Amino acid sequence: MNLITHIGKYLVLLTRVFSKPEKLTIYYKETIKEIDKLGINSIWIVVIISVFMGAVITIQTAYNTENPIYPKYLIGLTARDTLLLEFSSTIVALILAGKIGSNIASEIGTMRVTEQIDALEIMGVNSASYLILPKIVATIFFSPFLCIMSMFLGIFGGWVAGVSTGVMTSQDYIYGIQYAFVPYYIVYALIKMAIFAFLITSISAYHGYYSQGGSLEVGQSSTKAVVHSSIFILLFNVILTQLLLS
Amino acid sequence: MIEVRNLSKSFDNAKVLNNINMVFDKGKTNLIIGQSGSGKTVLLKSIVGLHDIDEGEVIFDGIVFNHLNFKEKKEMRKEIGMLFQGGALFDSSTVEENVMFPLDMFTEMSFDERRERANECLKRVNIINANQLYPAEISGGMKKRVAIARAIALNPKYLFCDEPNSGLDPKTALVIDNLIKEITIEYNMTTIVNTHDMNSVMEIGDNIIFISNGSIWWEGTKEEIFDTDNNELNDFIFASKLSQKIKDLKNQR
Repeated sequence: MNLITHIGKYLVLLTRVFSKPEKLTIYYKETIKEIDKLGINSIWIVVIISVFMGAVITIQTAYNTENPIYPKYLIGLTARDTLLLEFSSTIVALILAGKIGSNIASEIGTMRVTEQIDALEIMGVNSASYLILPKIVATIFFSPFLCIMSMFLGIFGGWVAGVSTGVMTSQDYIYGIQYAFVPYYIVYALIKMAIFAFLITSISAYHGYYSQGGSLEVGQSSTKAVVHSSIFILLFNVILTQLLLS
Repeated sequence: MIEVRNLSKSFDNAKVLNNINMVFDKGKTNLIIGQSGSGKTVLLKSIVGLHDIDEGEVIFDGIVFNHLNFKEKKEMRKEIGMLFQGGALFDSSTVEENVMFPLDMFTEMSFDERRERANECLKRVNIINANQLYPAEISGGMKKRVAIARAIALNPKYLFCDEPNSGLDPKTALVIDNLIKEITIEYNMTTIVNTHDMNSVMEIGDNIIFISNGSIWWEGTKEEIFDTDNNELNDFIFASKLSQKIKDLKNQR
């Protein structure tokens, strides 16, 4: 199947996803469940990765700026901007593409091959909307929290690593993270994160929804979901950066 | 009553169903029999609209179902119950939640009323003390019974069963067959069952249609099926040694 067909099918699926829900209370309950499943359950992986990445960014910056010309506070500034501009949105989104993208594709794909989606359709339920809309709403709603959490934890990890290894003082780091702070960077990261969340959920759901065959094909759909989500995250990262920062 | 007129369906230029014409009576268990790959499931899914048909009409009590728009079909489907081959129960929901699902979605009943109706349906299919279990925790036969309970929760007019006995032992298969028959009479539904199980044919087959290579080869009742001179059907019926032996004994008499 060529790219145009995939895009067409994806857009048709989205029109079904965003059609009027059968019963709002049920969709609301499903959204709460998805926030727990896709959002809350992703907190730990974001915590661990953010702390360690913040630490690594700080140490690497310190070793690459071991020159008396560069002030020490530059380490904190670099760590902050790296985390705010790229890591807490793009890298966290790529990690989430692996975690929740595969989860969504395999869940919906399994429902497809075990005829659970057919069962929904037979009952008169818009299966695309019922299964996908709560996931999209949940991830768009929750991903900015993960992004903000990642920013704080990354900066904290950087501080711990920098001070404990002695590459700089606590004062330098704190001065650096406050120096020339641009609040818009946070807005930029949150906008990117929300769009990435939509891409991850909708692309993964698309691959799951159109799975055919058995467990092997569901596995393939899950892999495609992660790969395609990651590619589109990187592509949209370029587009959004140009649109939002130029 | 469901009527199918000149129904044809192809997948990638391969004709799977060819000019099918048939009538399924209300209050009766209508069986579609045939070998695996004969087109039974495609026919059933074409009738309920899960597959778009290439040609023909599917008429539910005077309403041409395949001419309805998406919204009208959705409304119509609330009157359809379907039992899938594997049960198709929602894995992440308990037995009770599965049966309550159509009630949650399409009725304005209170939670207690919905639960009462779900328990009523579960009791009808002899599922007791399993309400809080998940589909993975129950047997294949129980899954089928829960799926029947879910299918009848909204008092449907039409019931479709795709291979209801697949993967079940003969005794459990008999229980499922009789349950389908009883429910059909009780709810006065038009029931269509896809099967290749000859025990089902003898137990519940009011009207039987034999299809092979996507075409109808024979129509009749369970009383007539053993006296047919249709070679295709005879090959299908007497494929096993046991059925061949029964046939020989019958001929000796």
